[in-house]
Amino acid sequence: MNLIAAWFSHLNDTTGINFTVFYDPFDRARFVQGFLVTLELCGVTITGSVMLGILGAWGQGAASIWLRRLVQFYIQMFRNTPPLVQVYFFYFGLSALLPEVKNSLGMSQPLIGGFVWASISLICFAGAFNVEIFRSGIEAIPHSTIEAAEALGFTRLQTYRQVVLPLGLRICMPALTNNLVNLIKTTPLAYAIAVPELLYVSNQIWSDNENVPEMMLLLFIIYIALVGVLVFIMHRWERALRVPGLGL
Amino acid sequence: MNTKKFALLGILAGLGATVAINAARADTLQDIKTKGVLVVGVKADYPPFGSLSPSGENIGIEPDLARDLAKGLGVKVQFVPVVASNRMQFLEQGKIDVMIATMNDTPERAKVVDIVHPDYYASGYNIMVPKTLSLTSWSQLKGVPVCAIQGAFYNKEVAEKFGAETVAFTGVAEALTALRQGRCNAFVYDDTAIEGKLQDPTWKDYDMPLQSQDAQPWGIAVRLGDTSLADYISKSIISWDKTGLILSLETKYGIKHAAFAVQMHNKYK
Repeated sequence: MNLIAAWFSHLNDTTGINFTVFYDPFDRARFVQGFLVTLELCGVTITGSVMLGILGAWGQGAASIWLRRLVQFYIQMFRNTPPLVQVYFFYFGLSALLPEVKNSLGMSQPLIGGFVWASISLICFAGAFNVEIFRSGIEAIPHSTIEAAEALGFTRLQTYRQVVLPLGLRICMPALTNNLVNLIKTTPLAYAIAVPELLYVSNQIWSDNENVPEMMLLLFIIYIALVGVLVFIMHRWERALRVPGLGL
Repeated sequence: MNTKKFALLGILAGLGATVAINAARADTLQDIKTKGVLVVGVKADYPPFGSLSPSGENIGIEPDLARDLAKGLGVKVQFVPVVASNRMQFLEQGKIDVMIATMNDTPERAKVVDIVHPDYYASGYNIMVPKTLSLTSWSQLKGVPVCAIQGAFYNKEVAEKFGAETVAFTGVAEALTALRQGRCNAFVYDDTAIEGKLQDPTWKDYDMPLQSQDAQPWGIAVRLGDTSLADYISKSIISWDKTGLILSLETKYGIKHAAFAVQMHNKYK
C-alpha cells in the first residue's frame, strides 16, 4: 500500500499526473466512502426496481380496473419525466409536505434524507420501465399455458407466481439487463441532491486538486467495472435459468 | 485535389492559426491601444462586486476598477460577463484581455493564467445560520450538517478542520432552499456574498455570527506571457491602494471595509 502511494506521489511530482486518491489519506477515505455509497445505491435500487416491476406487471393483469389504471398512471408519470427532474421533485418538492423531526442540535429537519429520496426516485424511475419489460415477457407466454394452469385449479396469484413469472422472466431477461445497466448509470444523478456517491466525491476531490482528467478516468473505469460485474451476473443467471426445450 | 494534399493543407492551416494566435498574444497591451478597447471579464451576478443595473449597465466595485484601468490606457472598456467555471477559459481563449472576477489567487490557478501582484482584495468564508442556532465558535460545527456549493475550495477545510458534515449542492439556490428546509443548519459561503444575502429581508431570521475564516487574496488575471499588461495593472493596483480607491468603493457600495483593503492602504499610502 505504501509502495503504491509512493509511486503515485512520485508520478505527480515528475509528470503532474495527479491521482490524489492513491496517496492522500483524506481523499482516499472519501473516495472509498463514495464508492461504497454508489454500491449501496445500486444494490438498493436494483432490488427495489425489480420488485416494483414484478408487482406492477401483476397489477397490470388484475381484475380491478382501478388497479390497472393506477399502474398505467404510475408508468406514464415516471417514464415520461426526466430522472433528474424526479430527483429534484422528490427532494425539494414533495419533501416539504412531509412532517419534520428534531435533530441533535434541536433544529427541525426533514423526515427523509437525500439517500432515501434518491433511492425512492431511482426505484420509481427504473421500476416503471421494469413493469413494461416484465409485461413483454408475460405476454409472450402462450395463452394455452395459462389456461392449462387454470384448468389445474391454480388461482390467479398462483399462476402468476409459479407459471407466468418464471417463464416470463426468462424471456425478458435481456431487456431487464439493459434497464438495470441504465439504472447503474443513472445513480450519479443523486449527486444533484448532495448524496455523497462517486461523482459527488470526485467533484469535491477535483475541485480541491484541479485533477479533473485523472478523476474522470477513474470514474470511467469504475463504472465500466461496475456495469461489467452486473452484466456478468445477469448472464450467468440467464444461463442458469435456461429451460431446455423452451426454445430460448 | 487528392485527400493527402487536402490533409496536409489542413495541418498547415492549423499551424498557421496557432502561430497567428501566439503572435497576437505577444503584445496584448499594444493591441488594446490600437483597438481602443479593453475587454474585461467581470461577474454579473455577484453584487456588490459585479452585477447589472436595471438598465443593463455593469455596476459594482470590479467594473469600477476596470473603468479605472481603461481610463489610464486612454481606451474604452467593454465588459464580458463571466462565471467561476468559465472565467479562466475565456481569458486563455482571448475572449477577454483582463479578468477581474472575484477570483482567489491560488498557486494552481497561477499555472494557468498570470495573476497580477499585488492582490487587489481578499475575502474569507463564513457561515450563514438561523438566529435560533446560537453559535459562538467554529468548533461547535462538529457533526453539524453544513450546506455548501460543490467545488468551493473551503468545503474540505470546513470538514477537516471543524468536523462539519458538508452537504454540497450544484447551485446557490439549491443550497439556500436546503438551508431553509432544515436539511443543513448552516450554509458556508463567501463572507462578502453572505453579507449581500443578509441585506435581503427574506433572510431576516438568519445571521453570520462567527469571524470570517482564512482570508484569501483576490487577483486580477491576464494571459500568461502578457507581461507588459501585467506590469501596467500591477502599478494601477498599487496606486489604488495609495489613493484608497478600493476603500472608497466599498463605502460607495455599502459594505464594510475588508481588513485586507485597510492593510494594503496603510502599506502603500
